[in-house]
Formats: sequence, structure tokens, C-alpha cells
Amino acid sequence: MVMFWVSVLAISMLLYLLLDGFDLGVGMLLGLTRNEASRTIMLRTIAPFWDGNETWLIVAAVVLWSAFPVVYATALSALYVPVVVMLAGLVLRGVSFEFRNEAQRRWIWDLCFAGGSLAASFMQGVMVGALVEGLQFTDGRYSGGAFGWTTSFAMLCGVGLCFGYALLGACWLVRKSDGQIRALAHRAMPVLATAVLAFLVVVFLHALNKHLPIMHRWIDRPYLLVFPAIGGVAASILALSILRQDDRWPFRMVTLIFVSAFGTLALSFWPYMIPFAITIDSGAAPYSSLAFMFWGAGLFVYPLMLLYAVVGYRVFRGKLEPAAYRHHRSGNAHGGARDSLHPAENDANVRLGSASRPR
Amino acid sequence: MDSSALLLSRLQFAFTISFHIIFPAFSIGLAAWLALLEAKHLRTGNAVYRTLFQFWLKIFGVAFGLGVVSGVVMAFQFGTNWSVLSNMSGPIQGPLLSYETFTAFALEAGFFGVLIWGRTRVSPWFYFFSTAMVALGTTLSAFWIMVNNSWMQVPVGYVVQNGQFVPDDWTTIIFNSVVWSRFPHMLLASYLTGAFCVASTGAWYLLRGKSRAEALIMLRMGLVLAALLMPVQLGFGHLVGDYVHDFQPAKFAAIEGRWRAEQPASEVVIALPDPVHETNTYEIKIPVLGSIIGSMSMTSKEVGLTDFPAQDRPPVLIPFATFRIMVGCGLIMLVLAWLGSYLSVTHRLERSRLLLWSIFLSFPLPFIAILTGWYTAEVGRQPWTVYGVLRTDQAMTPFLTAGTALSSLILFGAVYLFIFSFGTLFIYRLLRDGPSRHATALPYDATPGRPMSLAGGDAAASILLPAGE
Repeated sequence: MVMFWVSVLAISMLLYLLLDGFDLGVGMLLGLTRNEASRTIMLRTIAPFWDGNETWLIVAAVVLWSAFPVVYATALSALYVPVVVMLAGLVLRGVSFEFRNEAQRRWIWDLCFAGGSLAASFMQGVMVGALVEGLQFTDGRYSGGAFGWTTSFAMLCGVGLCFGYALLGACWLVRKSDGQIRALAHRAMPVLATAVLAFLVVVFLHALNKHLPIMHRWIDRPYLLVFPAIGGVAASILALSILRQDDRWPFRMVTLIFVSAFGTLALSFWPYMIPFAITIDSGAAPYSSLAFMFWGAGLFVYPLMLLYAVVGYRVFRGKLEPAAYRHHRSGNAHGGARDSLHPAENDANVRLGSASRPR
Repeated sequence: MDSSALLLSRLQFAFTISFHIIFPAFSIGLAAWLALLEAKHLRTGNAVYRTLFQFWLKIFGVAFGLGVVSGVVMAFQFGTNWSVLSNMSGPIQGPLLSYETFTAFALEAGFFGVLIWGRTRVSPWFYFFSTAMVALGTTLSAFWIMVNNSWMQVPVGYVVQNGQFVPDDWTTIIFNSVVWSRFPHMLLASYLTGAFCVASTGAWYLLRGKSRAEALIMLRMGLVLAALLMPVQLGFGHLVGDYVHDFQPAKFAAIEGRWRAEQPASEVVIALPDPVHETNTYEIKIPVLGSIIGSMSMTSKEVGLTDFPAQDRPPVLIPFATFRIMVGCGLIMLVLAWLGSYLSVTHRLERSRLLLWSIFLSFPLPFIAILTGWYTAEVGRQPWTVYGVLRTDQAMTPFLTAGTALSSLILFGAVYLFIFSFGTLFIYRLLRDGPSRHATALPYDATPGRPMSLAGGDAAASILLPAGE
């Protein structure tokens, strides 16, 4: 039962990383262009997905709370400041998406969108870094204070995750768009990819160097090295596909790199959930709680949610329709930026239409 | 333990939840209203219902979106500011909120997509079915939230093991007796919010002489719905009062403003409670009525606040005042709904501009009633977070400092005020422009917009509703 919920938690977190990762990345890349129409197209590529993606954060949070309450309480209270800043960033970003169509001065909401994405990404990286580095505990209670997470390693992880998300975002743009935006993303990819790979190597070495117990784990069970190895292969294919200006492979390979990094990290600290303080078994909720969730939510609803996510992505697969770059073709007479907030009427076209109109 | 950190954390929770609760309550009501409109359209084929549907769908979308983002914050706040509570009650509250998130995700996110882009792609019956499923999803979310909050008000079905509340009997927890008065009370409050917002929008349009056909339908349907639901709501309100009387006598005494036990007890109508001297000033009270309300008896003895040690008493002034404001709003709404329905039946509604103005200006009343109702329930149960078991000052994150709590309060305050102003402006603009601009149905070649957009997160959102203050 505990293993089932660990897996659900891991899947949800990984899905969140990958899915919200690319749209946070696109949010940060918004700063690359000052062109209004380009920004609108960039946002259009993530429009149908972003808040479905963000929901996985909530799913991960409630699963963590119900299946591992101690871990939830400890990690969130110790990481108070990063959590709060991340939430503020996500809130600003979420409403900007809806509000920018409405606003007279779009730059305010573009700024909130890019800034919110950056703040949320950086803080997520910082939190992972702080957990890996090890928080300060006395008698099983956190004792590091409000800024116990501010180590240089955690900051490095924050920057690293921003690069990682931005790379995912660039690969997504290449996959979903044409013309200027695609060219822009192709130019950004080599830089971002180099930064991410350099960062991953540094982190891996740092973790090995700092925590000797981990080194033993890797030496004792060399087959675990399959994860970093997969990452390495993916990185080479990524490099090739970037050189060949391919549209589909970069996103797949970056996804694979993220998965292998996630796997490497998880295996390094197994069975700890908060490294060297709380293990999976000591953090688990009582059996009655886990079983209650398993028979309803776990067995039936969770697979349904996964299926729903897959269907959502299937429906919107492929590049943006060329029509989306032109003007409205809908029969609606009203038009106007205000209407475009809501998807109820062909919002893609209206959005772009309103953007390309002189204001 | 830092007492100013405690106060700041409580303020932060109260602030974020007050902001948050408005939107889910509104969207639960609107989801039901949308389902009703779609059903009417299916039955009558009248295009006006379609126009209204498209119009209110947009407003529903915005309310939903604001509920989602404000909800994300609530989910995490338990862990950041109330880590002792989230550790202790995680085995019970966690699964309940998981069910809330999972069911909301599956139903609302799934079918909301159909509402947004499915009009021309699915059969009318399936479209109606999707509307109903979205309404069901929001209702189920509210149900799980109310189960969760009711457990904190009247904890049952658990044992304490290793410093955690371990569930012992899930049936008892879910079918907690108080859920069956509190959940309908909240649900009806949401429906009434929807009904009154729709009716006052209709009144507004009539006063401005625009969209007359749509305005009349909104006004009539809203008023009749409110006229029918309001008495039922008062009945459930009374049942909620019964549970407070039986399970939370100190809260009951605070609401009643009763300092000393009385037999038979009188009912304080208006007063200014004075906690220092443990008495009321400017008091107006009715003899014996207190016993009738409390126990349906002419002679019962009703307890007073001084029967409890000072450290176990809730603050008096807030529950005393908010309860009266809530009931006052309810009574005004009842009068407006009945009077309006009567004039509507006798075809004099349109001419009565005074009543139209009153109905238009009444749109904040349901929101005020919901907020004050929650303040009564949540402030009244102090000093407990889990009633009778875990005190609020013990539930807070132990090492939280006032400085940290203050900076997060300021940050959230600034962000919320910023987005709240713009969100309100946006809903106002949509309402001001009216349904006429949305008269057309979807064009056939519509590109699917954003199926999951606005939808996915309510899960998150609703997590936040009412947990402990």
C-alpha cells in the first residue's frame, strides 16, 4: 500500500515537472521577444494545457499530505519562504493569462506572467536543492530557521531548474509553432541545453562528493547507473537533433533527461523522503488512511485522470493551425479583445485577431 | 510559540479563505444555473436560454479561474503555517481532500472542456449531460470540503496514535451527523448566491432598458428560485443551530450573547457584548424565547459563557455580530424574493422601479451572508482547531516567527488585492456589456479553444474552502 502511494506521488510529481515545466519555460521565454504578436502565439501554444498541468501540483500536494503527512508538514513548514514566493508567482501568472486579453496595457500582465514563471521555477529548484543538501534537524524537528534553505547549492539548483524549464519550453515551441517563433526557439536551444547539461553534471558530482553514503549505494549497485546512462544517451541525441534543426526529437529527449535526472535523484536518496531525516516508511500515514484512498481514488479515479490528460494532449496534438496565425475566420461579428478571454467562442482566432489589430 | 506569529497566521488564513470562498460559492451556484438553462433550452427550444447560457458560461469561467488560483494558496497554507495540524490530522483530512481533488479533477475538468468547445461536436443531450456533470462535480467538491470541515468541528471516528489522528471508522467520519445539516446549508447558500446574482443582473438590465427579454427571464427565474429556496435555507439554518447547541455549547452561548446560565433563557436580539465585565450593554432581549430556540422548550436551562473557563471561551463579539448580519441578510433576501415573485405573478414587476433598484442593490447580500456565516462557525469554535482536541495555538508551525508570517501576509495581501481588483473589473465589464454580444452560437469551424483551461484546478481551489481558521 505504501509502495502504491509512493508510485502515485512520484508519477504525479514527474508529470508536474514535465508538463508545468514546459509552460513555465514558455513563460520565461516570453522575455525573448518584444513583438506583441509573437508573444500571443507563444502563449497560444500553451493555452489549452497550462492549468491542467498545474493541477498536477495540487494532486501531488494532496497525495503527499494524505499519504505522508509528516513529510508534508515538515517540508512545507521548513521551506516556508520558497513555498510562499512560488505560490505568489503561480497566482500572478495564472491570472495574467486571463487578464492580458482584457488589459489596456498588456506589458503589465506580460511582466507578471514572465516574472511569475521565473519566480515559481526558481523556487521549485531551490526547494529540491535544499532537500538534497539536507535541512537542519534537531531531535527530528526542523531547526534551520526561516532561511535555512539559502545555501549556494540550493541557489544553483534554482538557476539550473530555470534553465531546464526554459529548455523544455523552447523544445515545446519548436514542436508547436512555425516561422519566427520556431527560429527563435532553435537559436535558444543550444545555449540552454549546454547550461542544463553542465548543471546536471555539477549537481551529480556535488551530491556524490557531499554525501558519501550515496556513493556507496552507487558503487554497491552499479546497475543503478542505468539512469544516468539513459540521460547521457538522451543528451547526445538531443545534441544531434538540435544540430539537425529537428522539431520533434528535442522535446522527447529533454523529457527523457528530466526523467532520468528524477530517477537518479530518487534512487540516490531511497528510502529517504526528506534526505537523512524521514524515510518512506516512517513518513507513511496509517494503513486505514492509505487503504481508504486506494479503493476509490487510487484504483479508479487516478487512472481516469491520467487517461484524461492523455486525451487532452491528443486532441491538441500537432503544430498550431496556420489559420491561427491569421485573422478571425469565425462567423462572429462581435470580435474585440474582451471576448477573447473565454474559449467559448473560438478563442484562438479571436485572441490572435485582437493581437494583430492596431490598438 | 510566538503569539504574534499565531495572530498573523490566523489573519492570513482568514484573509485568503475569505477571498477564496466567494468564488467557489459563486461557481457552484452558477453551475447549477447553467444546467437549469440548458435543460430549459432542451425542453422549449427557445433561443433566449441559449443566449443566456453562453453569457453566463463566460462569467462562470472567470469565477472558476479566480477560485482556482486563490485555492492553490490554501492547499499549501496548511503545511506552511499549520504544520502541527497538518501532521496530526493528515491521515484524516488528507484523504478527504484527496477525494475532493480527484473527483473535482475527473468531473469538472473532464466535462468543462465539453462545455467550452463541445457545443457543435456532441449531441445536445450529451452537452446537457456534461453541464449536469460539471454541476455535480462542483457539488461533490463542496461535499468533501464540508465533510472535512465538519470533522474539525465535531471530530468522530478516530483514535490518537503516535501523535496523529488515525481514522478508525471512515463511515462515521463521512456520515458524521452534522454533515447533513451543514452541507445542505452551504449548498443552498451557493444556489441562493447564484439566484440573487442572476436576478439582480436582470433588474439592472431592466433599469437600463437593455436586453429586455433576457433580463425578464433572469429576474423571474432568479427570484422564484430564491423564493422557494430561502425558507428551506432558514430551516437548515435552524438545524445547524441545533448541532452547535448540542456539540459546541460555548459557541452557542457566544452567538446568543448569553453570559450566565438562565432558566428559562431569554433571547438577546441586539446588544454590545462586553467581555471585560462579562455582560452586555445596550441589550434588548425577549424572555423565554432563548429556551424555545435552544431546546424547543419553555423551561429549559441554557448554559452561559461563564460556565466555561476563560481560556476555553471563544471571542464573543465576532460570532455574536456576524451571526446577526447573516440572519439579517437572509431575511432581506427572503422579503425581496417573495415580494418580487408576487409582483412577477401579477405582472407588475417591471413597473415597480423601487423594487427593481432594491433587487439590483441586493447583489452583495448573499456574499456577505456566506462570509459572516463562516466567520460565525470558524471564530465561534475558537480556541480549538479540531474542536475539543487540538487548540489553535498548538496547531501552528512551532518555529514560525512573526517576521516571516508578516512578510507572507503582506505578499499575499498585495497579490490578492491586485488580482481581485482586476478580476472584479473584468466580471463587471462582462456583466455591463450584457448577453446581446454573445447571441451567436459557436461557429461551425471553431478551433477548439482550451478544453482544460480554467477547469483543471478547481480541485486545488476547493481544497481551501473552509478548513480551520
